[in-house]
Amino acid sequence: MSLWAQLWHWLTTSANWQGGTGIPTRLAEHLEYTGLTMLIAMVIAVPLGIAVGHTGRGGVIVVGVANGLRALPTLGLLTIVVLAAGIGLLPPILALVVLAIPPLLAGTYAGIRAVDPAVVDAAKGVGMRGWQVMLRVEVPNALPLIFGGIRSAALQVVATATISAYVGLGGLGRFVIDGIAEQDYTQALAGALLVAALAIVIDLVLVLVQRLVVSPGLNEVSTRSARRGTRRTRNLSAPGAEVAHTGGSSS
Amino acid sequence: MTGTMTWLNAHWGLVLSLSWQHWYLALIPVLIGLVVSIPLGWLATRSKVLRNTFFYLFGFLYSIPSLALFIVIPVILGTGILDPLNLIIPLTIYTIALMVRSVVDALEAVPWHVRAAATAMGFRPLHRFFAVDLPMSVPVLIAGLRVAAVSSISLVSVGALIGLSGLGDLFTEGEQHQFIGEIVIGVVGSLVLALVTDLVLVLIGRVTTPWTRVRT
Amino acid sequence: MKRTIVGLVTAAVAVLGLAACGGSSNPLSGGSSTSGSSSGGGSITIGSANFSESQLLAAIYAGALKAKGVQVSEKANIGSRERYFPALKSGEIDLIPEYSGTLLQYLNKSATQVSPADVYSALKQALPSNLTELDMAAAQDKDAIVVTQATASQYNLKSITDIAPHCAQFTFGGPPELQTRPDGLPGFKSHYNCVFGTFKALDAGGPLTIAALKNGNVQAADIFTTDASIKADNFVILDDPQNNFAAQNVVPIINSAKNNSTVSAALNAVQAKLDTATLAQLDATLAGPSHPDASTVAENWLKSVGLG
Repeated sequence: MSLWAQLWHWLTTSANWQGGTGIPTRLAEHLEYTGLTMLIAMVIAVPLGIAVGHTGRGGVIVVGVANGLRALPTLGLLTIVVLAAGIGLLPPILALVVLAIPPLLAGTYAGIRAVDPAVVDAAKGVGMRGWQVMLRVEVPNALPLIFGGIRSAALQVVATATISAYVGLGGLGRFVIDGIAEQDYTQALAGALLVAALAIVIDLVLVLVQRLVVSPGLNEVSTRSARRGTRRTRNLSAPGAEVAHTGGSSS
Repeated sequence: MTGTMTWLNAHWGLVLSLSWQHWYLALIPVLIGLVVSIPLGWLATRSKVLRNTFFYLFGFLYSIPSLALFIVIPVILGTGILDPLNLIIPLTIYTIALMVRSVVDALEAVPWHVRAAATAMGFRPLHRFFAVDLPMSVPVLIAGLRVAAVSSISLVSVGALIGLSGLGDLFTEGEQHQFIGEIVIGVVGSLVLALVTDLVLVLIGRVTTPWTRVRT
Repeated sequence: MKRTIVGLVTAAVAVLGLAACGGSSNPLSGGSSTSGSSSGGGSITIGSANFSESQLLAAIYAGALKAKGVQVSEKANIGSRERYFPALKSGEIDLIPEYSGTLLQYLNKSATQVSPADVYSALKQALPSNLTELDMAAAQDKDAIVVTQATASQYNLKSITDIAPHCAQFTFGGPPELQTRPDGLPGFKSHYNCVFGTFKALDAGGPLTIAALKNGNVQAADIFTTDASIKADNFVILDDPQNNFAAQNVVPIINSAKNNSTVSAALNAVQAKLDTATLAQLDATLAGPSHPDASTVAENWLKSVGLG
């Protein structure tokens, strides 16, 4: 049987869809890790990015630290955390959070900084205080780039959660790691394809959420095309847009 | 801490050779990716259809987690289990996904009047591309390359899970022997590689764009 | 235009220059080799599995062979047997330290031999024709079902028969391949009617498994009998009256083409001196706080017994 035929067989075997080691369980675990990580990372990174972007102070440090953290090797961080703090859920999640923060922070900071100063000025002119400017003007206007950061971070986390199976976590990465250990390439391939599919689905869902949440007027950013001086619009709410704006993921 | 330093002193050769392997595996995809992205990006500036296709295609490819791609590519291409191509091809794909965007942005940012002037001076299109468009694209390209390179260096260590060598070996071995110090050395080494590569790229950018440093 | 070309050429030269003077072996050679090329000429490539003891034994064999003037190169930490044995069969590696019982079951899933001598002779029959087994050592390192002292006291556990009625409520930790191996989960079920409630795939008796057992993430785990953690953490090895785990004598498996009188004499001399207590002692040294290299521990031992 060719590997593709074996793969089809594996995916259509009902035993692989049941029980504690079945696809639904692993999928649920993977979503659990991703959701938990994103929650914690967003609670840390988004307010920080907004605050630093709004006040304009500490921007260099924040961007520098974010870029530095981006260079951290996933496997290295996971193994250190597990050896230092033991296995269980929290230590690997901690590592995942550290790796999810850079894109979130970078995206939020960039978004706030990119808000047209004239708009902020107008808000102040209307009498809004700092807080109000921040929450009612800057954040909504920064949403496209913030969402770019969220999408980038989500992909990063899905990828890192896959690798976490190496340090004992569950999730879809389990099929990949176990498949390699047992030389069962069908299982590894199935795991890889499932993870890829999950990443794409999550990205599409986030795109939909972005379309719903972000004000339509912000979904297109104008750039002047140098060719004939005409305005060109770039749709920020499409899959792949986050690649350019927040530098993509590192896992 | 002293245990780690003692270990490092005794194993400099190993760390250095793993670092070189790591660097190779990370940078070759970036170089190949850059070379491939330039014509692809150029094509995208000429055709709206291609532009959108690339947009969605590369966005899609970039979303695929690295370990997944490392497993799937050998199956599609039929390469051997320990073939370094299993690492190089996915990393090249990631670089292309990132850089085509940069190339498009860079080429479109060249002021039309500069192009017009070059044509007026007698530059043929191909010559003009290499003499005007590309040099002016350098800053944006370098920015994209920096992201691609750092990302690549970070991803090579995942290769340790599929048996391909690099600093990632220090992670798996350190974990097996319960030796955090070894893992830390690997992480630091990886960060140093990323930093040095970043600096080299910034330098290359400066050297090739003297006009950005001219003060009037 | 000129500057761009100059810049690119400089960059290219720099990269190539660094490559030329920096890299020792071919940077693109796959797998983790500690010294360059694979088996060429009369040299022997020694492989090892993804746990410390295997790497230690490989280092011991390497040291013994080097002392007799044989050229060796090592490919350490290849992975589990499912990963390295195909490499041995195909000639990618020439020699690897093995354990008689599990290797026999890997080659013949229905093997029933359990005593050291029986397993050894059955293994001879089961090996592919291009592989030879050398002398077996007295040293055995078996997989075992291990529990903490607390668990053993609480449920009055001395053997696997005792734990069988509780298996369904317990989580068991071990390497992923244990799920499919004959003496793994399938063996627990057929020999003892023990079906663990949950299986947690961790590592081959390594830090993840040990930590999981210590912290109570799993109630029982597969830890190797010579592992330093057994004494250090007061673990209890459950007896195996039904012989689910066959004898696991250390035995070198070598590619017949690379075997000659010098090689076999050197390795068999090592085997003669290797007993379980010595192996456990060496494992403990290897796991010591100063993190010595396997090669250092191996060298010291070989010298102490006159084989180094």
